[in-house]
Amino acid sequence: MSSHRVDYLAIPAWTKGWLTILGGLAAVIAIAGLSVLYMEHQGHWVTGMTNQVVWGMPHVFAIFLIVAASGALNVASIGSVFGREVYQPLGRLSALMAMALLAGGLGVLVLDLGRPDRLIVAMTHFNFKSIFAWNVILYSGFFAVVGFYLWTMIDWRMKKVYKPAAITAFLWRLILTTGTGSIFGFLMARDAYNSAVMAPLFIAMSFAFGLALFILFLMGSSTALARPLSQELLRKKGRLLGLFIAANLYFVAIQHVTALYQADRGPVEAFILLHGGVYTWLFWGAQIALGGIVPLILVLRPQATRCHLRAASVLVVLGGMAQIYVILIGGQAFPLTLFPGMEVSSSFADGQVNAYVPTLAEILLGLGGFALALLLTIIGASAFRILPQSLGDGEEATAEVIDAEGEPLAAQ
Amino acid sequence: MNHDTTRRDLLKAAAVGAVTIAPGLTLIAPAAQARALGQPASATNRWGLLIDTSKCDSGCTACVDACKTEMGLPALDRPATDAQYIRKVDVTDLKTGNQHSLPVMCQHCAHPPCVDVCPTGASMKRADGIVLVDRHICIGCRYCMMACPYKARSFAHEDQTDQKAVNPRGKGCVEGCTLCAHRIDAGGQPACVEACSKDGGAAMLFGDLNDPKSEISQRISKEATSRIRADLGVEPAIRYQGI
Repeated sequence: MSSHRVDYLAIPAWTKGWLTILGGLAAVIAIAGLSVLYMEHQGHWVTGMTNQVVWGMPHVFAIFLIVAASGALNVASIGSVFGREVYQPLGRLSALMAMALLAGGLGVLVLDLGRPDRLIVAMTHFNFKSIFAWNVILYSGFFAVVGFYLWTMIDWRMKKVYKPAAITAFLWRLILTTGTGSIFGFLMARDAYNSAVMAPLFIAMSFAFGLALFILFLMGSSTALARPLSQELLRKKGRLLGLFIAANLYFVAIQHVTALYQADRGPVEAFILLHGGVYTWLFWGAQIALGGIVPLILVLRPQATRCHLRAASVLVVLGGMAQIYVILIGGQAFPLTLFPGMEVSSSFADGQVNAYVPTLAEILLGLGGFALALLLTIIGASAFRILPQSLGDGEEATAEVIDAEGEPLAAQ
Repeated sequence: MNHDTTRRDLLKAAAVGAVTIAPGLTLIAPAAQARALGQPASATNRWGLLIDTSKCDSGCTACVDACKTEMGLPALDRPATDAQYIRKVDVTDLKTGNQHSLPVMCQHCAHPPCVDVCPTGASMKRADGIVLVDRHICIGCRYCMMACPYKARSFAHEDQTDQKAVNPRGKGCVEGCTLCAHRIDAGGQPACVEACSKDGGAAMLFGDLNDPKSEISQRISKEATSRIRADLGVEPAIRYQGI
């Protein structure tokens, strides 16, 4: 094991390219801000959300980003908690992206509240029986725990607590995603939710979505910064992504097969899987085929190219958005069952499939969340030494690796 | 003489008796005694309704109209986002063809899912079982609307005008049936029940489920009643007959 220490280099700031990218992202965020002002000033009646479909497109974006945030931390956890040295040089970026994605998701979630001005109320009034209240604590704590973990990776004086910080962050992210999945798992009223499988399903989703976003940022940044990136490292990540895609598909299968076995869940399953219109198309076409099977084939090719891996990651992201759309909107579109076995009608849409068409303002708000996450990642990687100088093969291979005791080890 | 004296004594006795008994006797009994200002709601009460669907006509919306007037809910002609605290649901058994109609509102559950899921505690249950939203601390997250098995809550989707003092509303907060808590606290009964009795089929009976002598308790102890989605175990305070 040859030992060579190498540096992490901050992204050079204030260059033309840097300013262009950040300017573009700031513009997207500003447009999202204007969308929020419009929706909050007019009230939610100008959105596609109604008294029947109460959570809409902003929540699809927010949940995707929050779920992906905990998944993005996995690369760091695999390196530190599970001791896979090849992943250790990427731990800093992994932790930074996790925090940035969570900030983007929470930004969207909070700005869609009916009373976003009362955010302080959510921070000061806690109903501890509510999984939402627990999530407020878990999300806030995530910044503290992962921020501290990042500190231990950057500052040599903190090496003694590197491993405990890594384990804490890993456990915290598992609990956090369990909490996010349980938002749905605890809803006994809705036939499409109300299942314990929601928690592990969301964890599997987070693994896939977070790694896909991580790979995309890594490839994009190495190209933009002209830093070497090993093909073998990418293939390893691709195979890991394949494993996570398969885990997601497995839990989706469990989710639906379990429900199909229960007679009273038959109608909602038939709706999602067979005759739910846009939801059925999104489920089979976008979530399962394009977001699951196609990327799985791409990443498992023995000679997968960068192009394959990039395409697979983009498909996992798009398929993930479709998956959350089907769970969230599809689950609300299906009517509540007040009188099992009966046909019902009312002035309040009882018994009807509830319509939902997202408006432009909602989509712009959601895209603002993505832009905020990317902006924070770039600023963070510009202010601190986050990205390795090189992730190349052979002579190019340079990476700083830390073992459990905090001693620098060799890489590659 | 004796006869006159006896008659006078009888009248006196009748007058004394009337004065003594009258406070506890009225021809149309109010649903409850008014609660003094500052006196908290008591767990000795459990307010509820009994709705006889055989007396509820499909075309009648007396309860719905009364609720809108009482609570100041304007019709903005946007059915998807207009608030509805109470609605008429028509139910058909496709196998038998049997049809009936019934009003559905907040069921004021003993174990309300909306209260369980509310992150701030804005969604809350009074000691007397009435489920309310504290609009001072509602952040408008709508998780309670996701959790309610009865779809009983609405979201204030726009600025509110011409509000009623008894039902202050605010854009961005969740709201729903209060069982007319303001009327109950004043010793009255909900507006829907009053309207059903006056303009509808007198299908709704309001009372204290905790008082074994109340009419509602007497009836549910003798007659078969059921609750919507009783299988969920949330123990609604609204009981129905004929569903």
